[in-house]
Amino acid sequence: MRGSEILERMADSGNEEVAVIGNTDLTAADLHNNTNNTMTEEGVPLLKKMEISVSEAEKRTGKNAVNMQEIYTVYLIETRPVDAITEGPSAAPDSLWRRYSEFELLRNYLLVTFPYIVVPPLPEKRAEFVWHKLSADNMDPDFVERRRIGLENFLLRVASHSVLSKDKIFYLFLTQDDGWKDVVYDTGFQAKADSRLKALNATFRVKNPDKRYTELKHYSDELQSVISQLLRVRAKVADRLYGVYKVHGNYGRVFSEWSAIEREMGDGLQSAGHHMDAYAASVDDILEEEEHYADQLKEYLYYAEALRAVCRKHELIQYELEMAAQDLVSKKQQREELATGTVRTFSLKGMTSKLFGQETPEQREAKLKVLEEQIVEGEELVKTSNTECDEYVRNAWIDIDRFKEQKNQDLKEALISYAVMQISMCKKGIQVWTNAKECFSKM
Amino acid sequence: MESESSSSAASVSGSPTQTEADLSRHMLELEEDDDLEVFSKDATLTDASSFSASMPMSPASMINQYKLEEQDIKDVFITVDCPESHVTSIETFVTYRVITKTTRSEFDSSEYEVRRRYQDFLWLKGKLEEAHPTLIINPLPEKFVMKGMMERFNDGFIETRRKALQKFVNRIADHPILSFNEDFKVFLTAQAWELASRKKQGPGLLSRMGETVRAVAASVRGVQNRAEEFTAMNDYVETFGQKMGMLDKIAQRIVKEQKEYLEGMKECGPVYTLWSGSEDQLVEPLKAIAGCIDNCCKVTEEQVAGLSENQVPILHEYVLCAETLKAVLRRRDNIQAEYESKVDALANKKADKENLKEEIGRLEDKVECANNTLKVDWERWKRNMQGDVKSAFVDMADTNMNYYKKRLAIWESFLTSQKTDVHLEKDTDS
Repeated sequence: MRGSEILERMADSGNEEVAVIGNTDLTAADLHNNTNNTMTEEGVPLLKKMEISVSEAEKRTGKNAVNMQEIYTVYLIETRPVDAITEGPSAAPDSLWRRYSEFELLRNYLLVTFPYIVVPPLPEKRAEFVWHKLSADNMDPDFVERRRIGLENFLLRVASHSVLSKDKIFYLFLTQDDGWKDVVYDTGFQAKADSRLKALNATFRVKNPDKRYTELKHYSDELQSVISQLLRVRAKVADRLYGVYKVHGNYGRVFSEWSAIEREMGDGLQSAGHHMDAYAASVDDILEEEEHYADQLKEYLYYAEALRAVCRKHELIQYELEMAAQDLVSKKQQREELATGTVRTFSLKGMTSKLFGQETPEQREAKLKVLEEQIVEGEELVKTSNTECDEYVRNAWIDIDRFKEQKNQDLKEALISYAVMQISMCKKGIQVWTNAKECFSKM
Repeated sequence: MESESSSSAASVSGSPTQTEADLSRHMLELEEDDDLEVFSKDATLTDASSFSASMPMSPASMINQYKLEEQDIKDVFITVDCPESHVTSIETFVTYRVITKTTRSEFDSSEYEVRRRYQDFLWLKGKLEEAHPTLIINPLPEKFVMKGMMERFNDGFIETRRKALQKFVNRIADHPILSFNEDFKVFLTAQAWELASRKKQGPGLLSRMGETVRAVAASVRGVQNRAEEFTAMNDYVETFGQKMGMLDKIAQRIVKEQKEYLEGMKECGPVYTLWSGSEDQLVEPLKAIAGCIDNCCKVTEEQVAGLSENQVPILHEYVLCAETLKAVLRRRDNIQAEYESKVDALANKKADKENLKEEIGRLEDKVECANNTLKVDWERWKRNMQGDVKSAFVDMADTNMNYYKKRLAIWESFLTSQKTDVHLEKDTDS
């Protein structure tokens, strides 16, 4: 999907129409405050008020973390308040340069801060599913160009999201040149990031998994698997199609050589040869367009990962709730045992007290008191965990529904654009062979 | 002609780090012969073939007749069909039914039906070349296919061969001189035992050997004063043969690559179908795409068959033709060389001048006749070649045009189906 198209579509997917706030008399500080305020306004994605684009890519050299020279690419992010456009084209956009790793940092921040949101994915870090002509080199200009488009797409998706677009860190990413990284780290989001291990454990130990989330997880797995397969097969087919077209270029060469010894057929051969060359050359454009389709599929391949992350987070919350509940139950049991002096279940404590004698009533009182406190705490924890879980489920399900609809719409459009591409390819083919036939007929 | 095994697919898909410059691998190494199947052996058999001891007609009258018959009146129609397999204790072979319909008075009847096998066609060709060494006779399909011998009896191969044999005999029937050849008539009309006995006739082994020796000697000696036009013909045939060889390879390579493309495409449809199993809203468009791709596969199969059956055999025939032409030019050269050697002998020897002079006179006529028939037949051959090549490439263009038209229709119908779906969705919302 082209950036401008997304822009139009996304702007339309906002909930309400809004009057653009524009006041040319405002100072920079006022403007900043305004945007602070508008960021919290309900139902207005950032994209409605701001034009965003990733317009250029450049190579830079610098020293990396281990003080070695490296070459990397930076991308120019340009932003312009929508109302500024009415002032005329002379209004220059604000701009700053960012590299891929900064985009990654932003996304990680968003993942941690909004775990119930299916966060839009970044374009691939390394070229995957390549076929022979496509370079696997990150420095290759075609790769850089496709990445530029992918990064723009990412920003536009975030900026049109009703929740994500309001985030201050995102806004600063677009507007604050210096020190943005520090601001991000200062939020302390990394500490909030759940360890992967913890999340893995949760998968195996949730006792009452939410059926909807289990289904969703299966779906995301299936989606990932099927899109990977599709991309692999498609790359193979692209490679072979390339071969077919390019071999026709040989016809052009040989016809030309042959026409030199033929009196009557010479002209026909020559002109037919030119059409064969044109045919062979036409495959480059065809496959470039197809690559675009592959990129659309790839986006949803990575979206599937984001979807699974949401499910995993839910599992973790669920797991923690279950742990808290379990803990509460066991504590209550202990209290009961202590209070009634009966040992209903086997416990080491029970055994030791049996072996080494009962406690004094004072000791028991003290223990009971501690337990009571713990139980109160535990009940609180269970309550908050429950609330957290419910809230998470509610919020997540809103975004999941939104995502599903977006996915269905996007993919359907992608399929249709694939058909359109095929049609264009066929029309070109018909054209070339009609022309060639005419030349052959004149031989 | 079967395609090569896919083990050579390794040469198609290179390493991912190849750059634009490596596109050269798509510019074929067309000098290599490994892709070319073996040429028909019979061309070399008749290379130093024996000449008929007696010319059927005087040179002058032959030339006259040739000119008269410039407008090819078609009065002999031959079909070659109904291939049948025969199994004996020694061998397995295929025979073809040859039906001839003619209005010519030389033939006793107006319709004949006989059965012939490849060997018989080969014999006919040999006899014709013997009788008319400087006439151009289009080649027979190859005796056997080097790769995959077992495929000798598969349907596609037999069909291609049948078509080629039919073309072969009709070409002879259309030729103003060759069609009146006695052996040709026997071939078309004789029963099996008659043909067999005819085959045993002709110059004996010893005399044939003698003539062969003479011919070899002449060709070793070489021709001294070859006319400019024959040198030009030689050059032409050299280049023509080269270019035809390349075109043949290109055509075969395209078929091979298209087949591999088809194999890849066949894997796509099932993935879309698999995907549709996980979706709800997208089920319909995904299944529709899978259907389209499957239909595209069918259409591609048709296209590949079209190219293999029509275009490729014609190009291959003309590769063989180049060899035929070379042989004809060589034979003409030999006739001239023989004449020249006698002239030299006359200059050197003193004895037997009278006989020598007579022989020289005869050979002179022979040279003139050979040159003239060759020249006329050359023009004839060029016309035929142009027609054949033109129709081969026009066919190729047609095949590809139809292929793309069908594919277009498939995808256009997909679009139409999706748009109506959108309509329906809107209706259910309201």
